[in-house]
Amino acid sequence: MNYAVYIPLIPLLPLVGFILAGGLGKKYLRSFSGTLCTGIMLVVTLLSLYTAWRYFMADGQWNGVYQKITAVQVSWLEFSPGVGIDMGIVLDPISVMMLVVVSVVSLMVHCFSLGYMKGEDRYSTYYAFLGLFTFSMLGLVVAVNIFQIYMFWELVGVSSYLLIGFYYQKPAAVAAAKKAFIVTRFADLGFLVGILILGIQGQTLNFDTLIQRLTDTQSARFMAITTGSFLGVSLLTWALALVFAGGAGKSAMFPLHIWLPDAMEGPTPVSALIHAATMVVAGVYLIARLFPLFALNAVVLELITWIGVLSAVFAAVIACTQTDIKRVLAYSTMSQIGYMMFALGIAAADGHGYTASLFHLFTHAFFKSLLFLGAGAVIHWVHSNDMKDMGGLRKLMPLTHICFLIACLAIAGIPPFAGFFSKEGILLAAWENNRVVYYIALLTSGLTAFYMFRLYFSIFWRKPADGGHTHSEGTWTMKLPLVLLAALSTGAGFIPFAHYVTPDGRGRTEHLHLLFSIAPVLLALCGIGIAAWLFKKASAQPVKLAQQLGGLYRAAAQRFYIDEVYMFITKKIIFKGIGRPAAWIDKHIVDGLMNGIASATAGLSARIRGLQSGRVQDYALYFFGGIITLAIVLLYVWR
Amino acid sequence: MNGIPITHILFVSTALFFIGMYGLFTRRNLISLLMSVELILNSVNINFVAFNKYLYPGKMDGVFFTIFIITVAAAEAAVGIAIVINLYRSHQSIDVEDAATMKY
Amino acid sequence: MTGSQIIFYVLSAAILGLAVLSVTTRKIFRAAIWLLFTLVGIAGLYFWMDVAFIAAVQIIVYVGGIVVLIIFSIFLTQQSGQEMPAPPLLRKVAAVLAAVSGLTLSALLLNRHSFTPADADFDAGPERIGMQMLETGAGGFALPFEAVSILLLAAMIGCIVIAMKTKPAAI
Repeated sequence: MNYAVYIPLIPLLPLVGFILAGGLGKKYLRSFSGTLCTGIMLVVTLLSLYTAWRYFMADGQWNGVYQKITAVQVSWLEFSPGVGIDMGIVLDPISVMMLVVVSVVSLMVHCFSLGYMKGEDRYSTYYAFLGLFTFSMLGLVVAVNIFQIYMFWELVGVSSYLLIGFYYQKPAAVAAAKKAFIVTRFADLGFLVGILILGIQGQTLNFDTLIQRLTDTQSARFMAITTGSFLGVSLLTWALALVFAGGAGKSAMFPLHIWLPDAMEGPTPVSALIHAATMVVAGVYLIARLFPLFALNAVVLELITWIGVLSAVFAAVIACTQTDIKRVLAYSTMSQIGYMMFALGIAAADGHGYTASLFHLFTHAFFKSLLFLGAGAVIHWVHSNDMKDMGGLRKLMPLTHICFLIACLAIAGIPPFAGFFSKEGILLAAWENNRVVYYIALLTSGLTAFYMFRLYFSIFWRKPADGGHTHSEGTWTMKLPLVLLAALSTGAGFIPFAHYVTPDGRGRTEHLHLLFSIAPVLLALCGIGIAAWLFKKASAQPVKLAQQLGGLYRAAAQRFYIDEVYMFITKKIIFKGIGRPAAWIDKHIVDGLMNGIASATAGLSARIRGLQSGRVQDYALYFFGGIITLAIVLLYVWR
Repeated sequence: MNGIPITHILFVSTALFFIGMYGLFTRRNLISLLMSVELILNSVNINFVAFNKYLYPGKMDGVFFTIFIITVAAAEAAVGIAIVINLYRSHQSIDVEDAATMKY
Repeated sequence: MTGSQIIFYVLSAAILGLAVLSVTTRKIFRAAIWLLFTLVGIAGLYFWMDVAFIAAVQIIVYVGGIVVLIIFSIFLTQQSGQEMPAPPLLRKVAAVLAAVSGLTLSALLLNRHSFTPADADFDAGPERIGMQMLETGAGGFALPFEAVSILLLAAMIGCIVIAMKTKPAAI
């Protein structure tokens, strides 16, 4: 069977789900829409897995190199010969990998939501939005054209906006949705400019051609883009930095991360899907997709590396202090994406970082969505997001407890869980390429173990179990995804990832360096130990420690005042300094002119209206007067 | 030719025309309007006859036009008055301002 | 000034004066009477111009037919003694202005144009009119005559249809 026959179904089926659930859901399908969409996602997932199996096992390889297979390509908008927006589906190791990740996580979330969202007022709308998101995300990962990626990128942003603001009665949710939209939009502006620069310089928007043309260091185009400069920086650097800015916005990298914690106002399964596993890694995916270009530019790679490292450690520190469990998870997501980013940043030399980064993306998707779904189950149980309201749940929710523990071990990098392998890959790449980065990353991994187990112990231990709750842990539809994802979080690490995903498509075999692994694992165990000491039993220790840390703790708890800085810049500087005067000019000068014209016209017409009396005799009089005037003019004046 | 230049006759007919015009502008009663129209038609008739008699005595066209105009005027008056009477029946008024059912 | 001239000016003055009265009086019945005298005056003008046949037609059709019709309709539609409302001053002034300026313009045009009267006898006796009216050859008016007769027929039928009393049920 040819790829083109069934591949389009993968992105399009969720769209069908969206149309069905969105169009008919409220009236006809109602609670069936969930089952319907989940069924559709099951088909999509099976197709994705089949595609992956075929691509990696059967016919993706040619002479030991994984080929780019363009399954479908339709020319859609042709601006000029060669430059146009093509829609299509490309299969290469990373897109196939992403297909699997997106569809599997999406299926899990669909399934989990059957129980979680049950009885919700806008149940079918929720599934419609999930369908829209899945469609856009799948369309994004298979894009053949940089503009196609951009379009789906925006669609993903829209569906994220819709889902964050799903509980639109809550002002916080509305504000969070707007914040997410505006911040990512702002970043996407940079992305668009970057695309345009690349498009103009490369005379194409298709990835293949673009990469081919701009990586050929002998060609005139390459010379043009590297020698042409703006503000002393070459055009290529600008373009790549701007594209990275777009990616950083979506992936919540350091200065643009402020939307991600607030985005947790959305339903928890949505956070699992969008804000943990798929959409936020779109930035990483974008850079991986354009990696041959990034590899040429040391400046931008350096930028990516340092922003990644900074985000990783910064978010980890904040995560240690938050008490809202979803916010802890959000900062941990940001931290992990920081890992992926800097791994890409240091990957130019040998490509190890590239593989490790995408491997981490792969495993992270599973254990982080597992964490979110577990958190969702917990929230479902206690009806609160706050750690203080939890505790002692291990007896009451045994299954959730086990799954959550697995996910925590995975993210902390304890062997043999999935996170261990991918994180070791990243640390190894950092050790080989940049020692400073390595030490920071090592520290961060210790912090990661600490805050994750702080979360774990706070939820499941600390307090004795109170027998007040009698209802069950959740329906089987909520349990099944947890179990499956726990299995994936355990087993995904054993996939020989380097064999499949490398920058040049040539498979490699990587060996574990057991000696090297000692340091990170020990550090992680230390983190776990400290967390257990502080949080396993209710005690005064954490408060004391917090007091001793003083300013640092407060600053971290307040998220290092980044939001306040933004508010200061936007409110005080932009609104007051620029917005107000501009509004004044608009209101009084531009509008005044318009209003003047309008009122003059209105006044004139009010005068003229008196002439339109509706009396035939008046009209006859005007007519007659007009004739006489015309006659006088034509006979005596004009002659 | 009787010692009267044609312009004087034409002036009389023009004056009659504008008197009719004045009536047409100022009257609101439909029958008065009809009377003003008769005045205008008559001024035209005078013109036709005068032109025929003074400028083209060999022909009869002006006279015939006058006859036809009188005929048409009679028909017009008959139809107009039928309409006026009908209007009066339905609206109890023959003021032009009141006949506004089909306006606007 | 010959008698003919005197007659013309007197006739003209009477026609114009009566016409002005007819359009300015506020009693509609009087307006009709003034109109009647205006039309008689115009008939006199035709006599003065030696077109006795037209003058006769004028008297028969206008004075005897149309004005009588008008008077009947006045009787049918309103009290003849009632005064009509005076037109608003503005409208009156505007109408006077329009009429006077139009008249001035026409008079100026008339003065500027020099008509050259043909020096020939004008015979408009009933016999000649009748012959030419029924003439079918060149210069004959048989076809317009027929057309006008059809018009009259149509107008007659139209009058009957319009003025016919409709049954209440049909409305």
